[in-house]
Amino acid sequence: MNHKTKAVSLSLAMLVSAFAWNAQSHADEATGVKQSPLMLAEVSSANTFNVNLKKPKSRNLPPAEDGIHDPENEATHSLQHPLDAYKGLPTSEFGNYVDWVKALDEGKLRPRWDRSDPNEEPFVLDLDIVRPVKASVPDVVFPHRQHTEWLYCSNCHPAIFIPQKNANQISMSAILLGQKCGVCHGKVSFPIETKTCRKCHSKPKPAGWTPPLSEATLKNPWK
Amino acid sequence: MSSKIKRNVLKSMIIGVLAYMGALGAPQPAQAEYADIVINNYADAAGMRPAVFPHWFHRIRFRCKVCHTDLGFAFKAGGNKIDMAKIIDGKFCGACHNGEISWSVENCAMCHSGIPGQPTHFHGSTVQRLIAPAYKPLQANDAKK
Repeated sequence: MNHKTKAVSLSLAMLVSAFAWNAQSHADEATGVKQSPLMLAEVSSANTFNVNLKKPKSRNLPPAEDGIHDPENEATHSLQHPLDAYKGLPTSEFGNYVDWVKALDEGKLRPRWDRSDPNEEPFVLDLDIVRPVKASVPDVVFPHRQHTEWLYCSNCHPAIFIPQKNANQISMSAILLGQKCGVCHGKVSFPIETKTCRKCHSKPKPAGWTPPLSEATLKNPWK
Repeated sequence: MSSKIKRNVLKSMIIGVLAYMGALGAPQPAQAEYADIVINNYADAAGMRPAVFPHWFHRIRFRCKVCHTDLGFAFKAGGNKIDMAKIIDGKFCGACHNGEISWSVENCAMCHSGIPGQPTHFHGSTVQRLIAPAYKPLQANDAKK
């Protein structure tokens, strides 16, 4: 189906370019002047169209069509289709398009805490850490509960986060480059996109908060 | 119609057809599940397809802690240097893929199901999108060439 839409858009492009060529030659003949007006074909294609970014036509494709599994491998076709597994799970708009935390909270999933013992329960710590943010985005609330449902303390402490107040420098640049929260977020737990900012940046600034003025503004001699 | 116009029409049609054919052959971006990992530390060199690890499938059955604490998987795609010797000794994948908890290692092609020639990578990773060179998916028949 991808091919089909590509074919349609390309035949359109063909028509447009053919039209532009014809128009140019007509104009040349009519005026007899070498210098012709700016034609469509001469304008960069980046400027002639104003379109939204392409959305993937389909998602959660079966392994044989996903672009990383080899369809010529017989066993590829016996692998589970993700949509079969996701049936009935709460949805989200990013990542696997499944809200994994909600699925666990609602009891729709019962992933094991131990390799072989299905009855072992996780050690859940219900402790929210608030991290004030210098910029005007809402402050960050880190909920231990959702994290300890899936992970053990030693997965993060002390290698990734020193378990001590004010001991961890965290920035979005570090996270986007795969450090700190970015060790998991942006790879396997929810991705870092505009849609997910507010999942962490969730605590509104205190009433009357204004962004601190930058030094350049304070020292501005033309103020 | 003058010969000039005819020539122009022909030219534009040829270019259009060429562009159309080129686009048909262009590789489609991979649309695998978020957090699918292709592991190709040693597979290609050993004449096997690279292994594909689906996080989504495993997190339905196990919490992160099981593999990333108990089994010692580091948080790094391809960083565990897993080979078949470790697996048959019950380490890494072999802790469960032993015929007791899950199917055993003789189902080679269930894991080794990736398109040959792919580098080790994390599908949908932000880091990969930002700092790594653009990953071009290979077509299944590229391997034969």
